[in-house]
Amino acid sequence: MNNLIEGKTGDWELVIGIEVHAQIISNSKLFSGSSTSFGSDHNTQVSFVDAGMPGMLPVINSVCVEQAIKTGLGLNAKINNFSIFDRKNYFYPDLPQGYQISQFEQPIVGNGMITIDLENGDSKNVGIERLHLEQDAGKSLHDQHPSYSFVDLNRSGVALMEIVSMPDMRSPEEAQAYVKKLRNIMKYLQTCDGNMEEGSLRADINVSVRKPGDDLGTRCEIKNVNSIKFIGQAIVYEAKRQIDMIEKGNQVEQQTRLFDPKKGQTRSMRSKEESHDYRYFPDPDLLPLTFTDDFVDEIKKTLPELPDIRRKRFIDTYGLSSYDSNILVSEKETADYFEEAVKNSNPKLVCNWVIGELFSVLNKMNKSIENCPIKAKDLGELINLIDNETITGRIAKDVFEIMLDTGDDPISIVESNNMRQVNDLSEIEAIIDKIIESNPDQVKTLSEKPNLIGWFVGQAMKETAGKANPKTVNEILNKKLLNKG
Amino acid sequence: MKNLTELCLYEAREGLLNKDFTSKELVLDHIDKMESSRSLNAFITETPEIAIKSAEKSDLKLIKEENGELEGIPLGVKDMFCTKGVLTTASSKMLSNFIPPYESTVTENLWSEGAILLGKLNNDEFAMGSSNETSFYGPVINPWKSNNDQINLVPGGSSGGSSASVAANIGLGALGTDTGGSIRQPASFTGTVGLKPTYGRCSRWGIIAFASSLDQAGPITRNVRDNSILLKSMCSHDTKDTTSSSKEIPNFENAIGRSIKGLKVGIPNEFFLDGMSNEIIEIWDKGKDWLKNSGAEIIDISLPNTKYALPCYYIIAPAEASSNLARYDGVRFGHSVKSSDINEMYKATRSEGFGDEVKRRIMIGTYVLSSGYYDAYYLKAQKVRSLITEDYSKVFKDVDVILTPSTPSSAFGLDEKSNDPISMYLNDIFTVPVNLAGLPAISVPATLDSNGLPLGLQLIGRPFEEETIYSFAKIIEDSANFKNIEKQWWLK
Repeated sequence: MNNLIEGKTGDWELVIGIEVHAQIISNSKLFSGSSTSFGSDHNTQVSFVDAGMPGMLPVINSVCVEQAIKTGLGLNAKINNFSIFDRKNYFYPDLPQGYQISQFEQPIVGNGMITIDLENGDSKNVGIERLHLEQDAGKSLHDQHPSYSFVDLNRSGVALMEIVSMPDMRSPEEAQAYVKKLRNIMKYLQTCDGNMEEGSLRADINVSVRKPGDDLGTRCEIKNVNSIKFIGQAIVYEAKRQIDMIEKGNQVEQQTRLFDPKKGQTRSMRSKEESHDYRYFPDPDLLPLTFTDDFVDEIKKTLPELPDIRRKRFIDTYGLSSYDSNILVSEKETADYFEEAVKNSNPKLVCNWVIGELFSVLNKMNKSIENCPIKAKDLGELINLIDNETITGRIAKDVFEIMLDTGDDPISIVESNNMRQVNDLSEIEAIIDKIIESNPDQVKTLSEKPNLIGWFVGQAMKETAGKANPKTVNEILNKKLLNKG
Repeated sequence: MKNLTELCLYEAREGLLNKDFTSKELVLDHIDKMESSRSLNAFITETPEIAIKSAEKSDLKLIKEENGELEGIPLGVKDMFCTKGVLTTASSKMLSNFIPPYESTVTENLWSEGAILLGKLNNDEFAMGSSNETSFYGPVINPWKSNNDQINLVPGGSSGGSSASVAANIGLGALGTDTGGSIRQPASFTGTVGLKPTYGRCSRWGIIAFASSLDQAGPITRNVRDNSILLKSMCSHDTKDTTSSSKEIPNFENAIGRSIKGLKVGIPNEFFLDGMSNEIIEIWDKGKDWLKNSGAEIIDISLPNTKYALPCYYIIAPAEASSNLARYDGVRFGHSVKSSDINEMYKATRSEGFGDEVKRRIMIGTYVLSSGYYDAYYLKAQKVRSLITEDYSKVFKDVDVILTPSTPSSAFGLDEKSNDPISMYLNDIFTVPVNLAGLPAISVPATLDSNGLPLGLQLIGRPFEEETIYSFAKIIEDSANFKNIEKQWWLK
């Protein structure tokens, strides 16, 4: 695929690398026993350690270590049995210790690689440079008082994984696909809930441009982009800004920038000169983090099926196309829903219904599949009713609507609304005879326009409120009017 | 009845168990002493109410024979230990209003054995200093005076309040912390026994951090036995401190009186300094003789990287301190200067809150960690530290303890060195390598110099072999027959 951007001076290539900050799913923080649940009252989940009180010491939460290893394995990455926690020193009111405990030179996870899936069905490998553990900071609140800023330390000390990609992406779409895939892998692994709105997953996007074949250009880092859509917008804007700048004869300055979703623009936060000297050094309060190969192997045994493997299974087991399988597995919840629905049903039909009807109504209702009012099991049942000719495809759509509204199961809906398909030959024949009788003109025209048969089918279905077996209706009409069959 | 402050810890323990007197009587005598000794400025906070209440409880426990190992024993605590509900300042303006809502592990261990808090002891600000002159609360005065003049002397530092109070019989022992000699040097200056345990012996949880990889709590007492008793109750394996050791904690007191026959004592030739006073060399030689007379073998050893210890220490300790002290920003607790600009607030808060020595070390530490300087200073210092540690591991294959002087001189006058940081730093030359190597070491009073001022000898042991140190220390103590101050001139 050609991703080049056309400029006034020729084509430009976009180079993108991404740092994702993913909040680890764990009950307590990285170095303290405080709870990590979201949305609690300000400063209610803060231990003396989280508040940076004098004499307090960090103690590593082993659950977070396991989660990082698990994620590393999911990224096909090297797990480092020896890693070091460092202090990243800077002053900020929401950073109580005056330093963030992070990992600098020796992270817990080294090089890895994931495959991203693009809209057009292509896939591409993106390298992972590293994954390291670090603490989150608290939150400054500037809107609580006319003259003071407040600080909420609930988030202070929460465990994050910083996952750094190689500069392997070449378009906004690839960047978006990368973050989606990463998020999906972590959701499969249950190591991060991937909720970008709540800030459990944030991305720093490094963007630079160059003429194809040239060395890397000067990059700008766009901090804390918190939706897939904004990632695309921010990159498009930033690429254009940099290209314009160079084409006007200026140089791109290395900067940290912020994306303003309202304006769809990035703006400078600080230049390289203004950047902090973090004075990293090994945290003397913490011993090096070490574990055995056996420990990693035990974790490996607990790994769930990951999206790429699942897709392959969907193709092999259910006979789905690669394209359809990809759509289903690209959100873990969708794939889970599908698998629940498909248990006793026709896979191809279930897939079509999920990707078609279900996606369209969820989209309209602005709901995610976890909150779908129709239980997966019930959707499977509905499809069985079609498959075994209990109801017609048309009626199925009505049943689906009722299921959406009421959450009732399809069988009881069909029974209580008398929606069963009419298969009785004589009953259908009588209805058809009546239609033929009362529409002599149409019958006449039919000899010239055989396509008009569809009109008769429609009439028959209308007469039976859609319940007539469409196959039977077609057969009878063909026999009676076209002397076929 | 004689004044109960004249007893040492083990005598008081015996008296309490024999019901010769009550804990309340013991504590009241000490409170009197504390109040009449205020001219020494050893205490920042006196806690007589807590002490009396605790003593009453202890007396009940003693009657019911439910007593802990330190039941009813009044102690002073260096103001680096957080004490729940009691002002804890680190002798800094920065924490001059800080009342911790938690208790340090070490003090908690002591209280659970029945020990009693007499008050919080003055020290150098954030434990940075060797004379107790950097305290926001003013210098501590050494109870010892020279034969020749009446000028006030420093008690050493940073645990100057601890050493002075123990020398002046205010408390049956005191807690100190030792990052580069802060227990042993003041012990040497005041004729007291001060031990820095192996790194990891005592939990650092709840102790205000100076340099995390070097800080270690330890006891200061009037004799070796007292020291071993106090240490036992201070130690614990603490899951709240990752660097705390899970090694078994022996009954250190059992080592007192143990024979040293056949054991080997190393004498490191690198500790002979150019221009070192004859008096120091003489007492060192005397120490060798005492140990030899008790059956130990004296061996000359070499610790070749000793000369790098002091510069190495003055990189690593300030580096860690610069980061450890970043939390004092005026946002959550402690001294705070308001401003509409956050950077101004930090600047004003920290400019006012910290004294000169603390600022100096924060600046050194920030410098050595800065990008472009890190490799040349911090990283190199870490490598040197490994070499120093290796020196000791090698030597300890051949010897059981190392004997050195504790300090290059006896106590000096107030203000004599306070404007000369380098000569002040040189005070730690014999003690600093021990912290870098994480080893246990003790200072035991060995003699009085020509001015009538105490000089200590230092014994350094293998990691977690405090018992061996105590056995040797007891021999020196017995041989030296050191006598505490005779004239309590400071009493009101």
